[in-house]
Amino acid sequence: MFRLEVRTSTPAWFNLALPLLAIAATLILCSGLIALAGAGVLESYGVMFTASLGDSYAITETLVRAAPMIFTGLAVAVAFRAKFWNIGAEGQLLAGAVASCFVGAIPMPGPLAMLLMALAGAAAGAAVALVPATLRVKFKVDDVVSSLLLNSVIYYALMALIEGPWKDSFSGYPISPPIEDSANFPVLIEGTRLHLGVVAALVAAPLIWFLIVRTTLGFRIRVTGENPEAARYGGIHVERVLISTALLSGALAGLAGVGEVGGVHFQVMSDISPGYGYSGIVVAMLARLNPLGVVPAAIFLAAVMTGAEAMSRATGVPAFLSDVIQGTALLAMLVALLFTAYRIRRVGAIG
Amino acid sequence: MSAPLIEMRGITKTFGALKANEAVDLSVAPGEILGLLGENGAGKTTLMNVLFGAYAPDAGEILIQGRPVRITSSADALAAGIGMVHQHFHLAPRLTVLENLLIGIPGKSGRIDRTGGLARLAEISSQHGLTLDPDLPVSALSVGEQQRLEIVKALFRGARLLILDEPTAVLAPSEVEGLFSALRSMAAQGLGIIFISHKLNEVRALTHRCTVLRHGRVAGRVDDPANTTSAAMAQLMCGHEIVPPARGPSVPGAGVLTLDGISTSRHSGTALRDVSLAVRAGEILGIAGVSGNGQRALAEVISGVRAPDAGRMTIAGQTVSRFSPREVQALGLGRIPEDRMTTGLVTNLPLADSMVLPRIGTSAFSARGLLKPDAIRAFAEEQIKAYDIRCPGPMTRAGALSGGNLQKALLARELAFDPKVLIVSQPTRGLDIGAARFIHEKFLDMRAKGCGIIVIGEDMEELLVLCDRIAVMYEGRIAGTLDSADATVARLGLLMTGAEGHG
Ligand SMILES: Nc1ncnc2c1ncn2[C@@H]1O[C@H](COP(=O)(O)OP(=O)(O)OP(=O)(O)O)[C@@H](O)[C@H]1O
Ligand SMILES: [Mg+2]
Repeated sequence: MFRLEVRTSTPAWFNLALPLLAIAATLILCSGLIALAGAGVLESYGVMFTASLGDSYAITETLVRAAPMIFTGLAVAVAFRAKFWNIGAEGQLLAGAVASCFVGAIPMPGPLAMLLMALAGAAAGAAVALVPATLRVKFKVDDVVSSLLLNSVIYYALMALIEGPWKDSFSGYPISPPIEDSANFPVLIEGTRLHLGVVAALVAAPLIWFLIVRTTLGFRIRVTGENPEAARYGGIHVERVLISTALLSGALAGLAGVGEVGGVHFQVMSDISPGYGYSGIVVAMLARLNPLGVVPAAIFLAAVMTGAEAMSRATGVPAFLSDVIQGTALLAMLVALLFTAYRIRRVGAIG
Repeated sequence: MSAPLIEMRGITKTFGALKANEAVDLSVAPGEILGLLGENGAGKTTLMNVLFGAYAPDAGEILIQGRPVRITSSADALAAGIGMVHQHFHLAPRLTVLENLLIGIPGKSGRIDRTGGLARLAEISSQHGLTLDPDLPVSALSVGEQQRLEIVKALFRGARLLILDEPTAVLAPSEVEGLFSALRSMAAQGLGIIFISHKLNEVRALTHRCTVLRHGRVAGRVDDPANTTSAAMAQLMCGHEIVPPARGPSVPGAGVLTLDGISTSRHSGTALRDVSLAVRAGEILGIAGVSGNGQRALAEVISGVRAPDAGRMTIAGQTVSRFSPREVQALGLGRIPEDRMTTGLVTNLPLADSMVLPRIGTSAFSARGLLKPDAIRAFAEEQIKAYDIRCPGPMTRAGALSGGNLQKALLARELAFDPKVLIVSQPTRGLDIGAARFIHEKFLDMRAKGCGIIVIGEDMEELLVLCDRIAVMYEGRIAGTLDSADATVARLGLLMTGAEGHG
C-alpha cells in the first residue's frame, strides 16, 4: 500500500524534474486520443516535432508563437508570486493590442512609433489589471472572479471597436486599419517572421527574474505572497505591493498584445489572440512561477500549437488536440506540484 | 497495574538522516496518565504520530491489549480506540459542534442521527464536565472550547487511549484546572492518557508515570512524578542541570516607551480604555492578565499596526504620529510576536528572508532598490551561529525549524539591531526548559544594556522571575501595577479578576 506523507523540504532538482515529468505524462495520456483518431502515435508526435522544431524556419515560427506566451507567462508568474490571482492576462493583452494599434496608426518615425506603441500597450494592460487589484485592496472583491470577468468586457469592447468605428468601410471586414508600415517591427532574419518583439520577450524573462530575486520590490512581492500578515508587521505596505504587482503584471500582458500587433498582424482583429492570456497560466505553472522557466515552458506550448496544425494536415488528427495537450499539461503539472508538498511512502508491514 | 492498554516496542522513525525516534519503548495501562517529556525536537510528536497512524515507523511494533496491530492511517487508529488531540485542531469551522462530532459517523439510512448524537454528547459532557453548546458553530468557540470539542470527539468515537500533544500551551492558566479534572475523571473510568507538556509542574500534578525522550531515545522513566523534583526531571530531559537565571538589581533610566491615555475603538477583541504605561530603560515590565482583556490591542498599538483613537505614545522621547510598523521600528522598537508562524516568519521562504524582513529597506540589506544577497546571507549565518539556531543553513525553509529554534531566530533578528524597546508576547510558549532559560537570559542581558522590555504573558511564574514591575490588565484597562518585590501570584490573581488595586 502507498500513502502520502508531508514533506519538510523539496530537493532542488524537482524544479526541473517536475515539469518534464508533467510533459511526459501529458504526451502519454494524449497518445490515447491520437490512437483513437486512427493515427500512429509515434508518427504523429514525429510530425509535430519536425513541424515545430525540425528545421530553422520551423524554430523561428515556434519562437514567434512563443513570444506572446512568454509575456503572458511572466505576467501570471509575477502576479501569482504575490498571490494576486490575475486570470485576466487575456483581456490585458487585448487592451495592449488595441492601444498599440491606435498609436501605430499615427504617422511618425519608425523607432519612435515602436517605442510609443510599447509604452501605450504596457500602460493599457496595466490599467486593466489595476481594476481587479483595486477592487481587491479596497473592497476585498475576489480577484480571480473580477480579473476573469473583465476578459469578456475587454473582448466585447474590442469587438464593438472593430465592428464600429474601426470597421474597414471598403471591405466591410471587422478589422482595424493597419498600422503604419514604418511602425512594423523589423524582421531579424530575412525570409522568416522572427521580429524584434520576440527578442524583447526573451530579454524580458531574465529581467523579470532579476526583479523578483534581486530587488527589494521582488522581495516584498515574495513575502507578501507567502505571508501577508508577517509582511505587514514587518513594515511592508501590503496593499501598495499588490497594486505594484498588478501594474507590472498587466504591463507585461499588454506587451504580449503589442508584439502581436507590431510584429505579426499589423492590425487588430477579433482573433488576434488564440487564448495566449490563458496559456500564460499554463506556462507560469509549468515554470513553477520562475521567470526563467517561463521561456522553455512557452516554447513547449508554442511547439505543441504549431506542431498540432501540421499533424492535423498530415495525419487527420484534429488540430484542437493542441488545446487538449495544454489542458492536460496544466492538470499534470498541478498533480506534479503535489509532490513538492508530499512524498509517497510505501507502508511497510508493522508487527 | 493491569496489563498495558497500549504498548509500543522498539519504534524507530527516521526522516532522511535524522533519527526522530530510535528504539523507543512505551506503554500505558488502563486508567493511567502517562507524561511524555523531552526537549524541543526530542521526537514526542513524531512518536505520537506513529501511534496515531500518520507516519509509518521504520521498525518496531504496536500492541493493543497484548495483540500486535497495524496502524497505517488515522482511521485505523480510531478503529483501534486511539484518539489524538493535535496542537493544531482539526475542526470544520463553519459547522456546529454537533455536526463536527458526527462527521464520518454513519447515520441511520444515510441521514444524520441528531437525537442519538445529542444524547451521546450529553452523556459524555456530564460524565467528565466537558460542557459544550451543540448548536454553536466552531468558529464561535474559544480555543479552550475547541480543545474540549476535540476531546469529546475522540471519546465520541470510542477512544480508549487519548493522546494530548501540548494541550495546555493554548490554554489560559484558569482553564488548565478544568482540563485536568476532565482527564482525571476519564482515567478513573479506565481510559489511558498520554499527556505531553513542557511545564513540569503540570506534569507533576497530573501524571502517574513519565517517559522521557532525549534525541529520539528513551532517556529515562519517572515512576512517581508527584514526588520527583522539576529539577530532576529537567536534568533527565536535557542531560544536564538547568539553573534559573538570577535577575540582579537594575537601575532604570528614562522612560523609553510611554503610553498616555491610549484608547482604541472596538474592532476585534477587547478595546483599550485609557491605558497609561511607562517602560524605562533597563527595566522589564510585565503585562499580566487573563487573555482577552486587551493584551492583543495593546500589542497591536505598540507594534504600530493599529492606531489608537485617543492618547499619545512615545518611543525614546519621540511621539509616534503615524502608527505604522515601519515608523515604530525606525524609532527603535523591536517585536517578538506571540504567533511566530503567522505574524513573525514566512514559513515557505528561506530562513534568511525572515531574518531580514523588517529591515530589508535599510542600507544593511539593500541599496537603491537592489538587495545585497551576500550581506543577507552573511547576517543570517552570523545569527545562526551566535544563537545556536539548529538548522541546515540560512537557505532552509523557515517552516522546517522547531518552535524553539524559530523563537531564537526571531530573537536574533530583533536583538541584532539593539532596539531601545522590545515588546514580547508569550516568549516561551511551547519551548522546553533549556530553550526558555536561554530566552530569559537574553532578555536579562538586554536589560543590563539599557533596553526597556515589555513582556505580555499569562504564565505568572515566568513574569515573577523575569519582571521588575508587573501591570495587570482587566477589561482593557490597567487594573494595577505592582513592584515584583511585592507581587505574589495571589495578589496578581486578585487584580486579574478586576478587584480594585492601587500600585
Ligand atoms: N516531517 C518531518 N520531516 C523531517 N523532519 C521532521 C519531520 N517531523 C519532525 N521532524 C524532525 O524530527 C525531530 C523530532 O520532532 P518532533 O516534532 O517529534 O519533536 P517534539 O519532541 O514534538 O518537539 P516539540 O517539543 O518542539 O514539539 C525534530 O528534529 C524535527 O525537526
Ligand atoms: Mg511536538
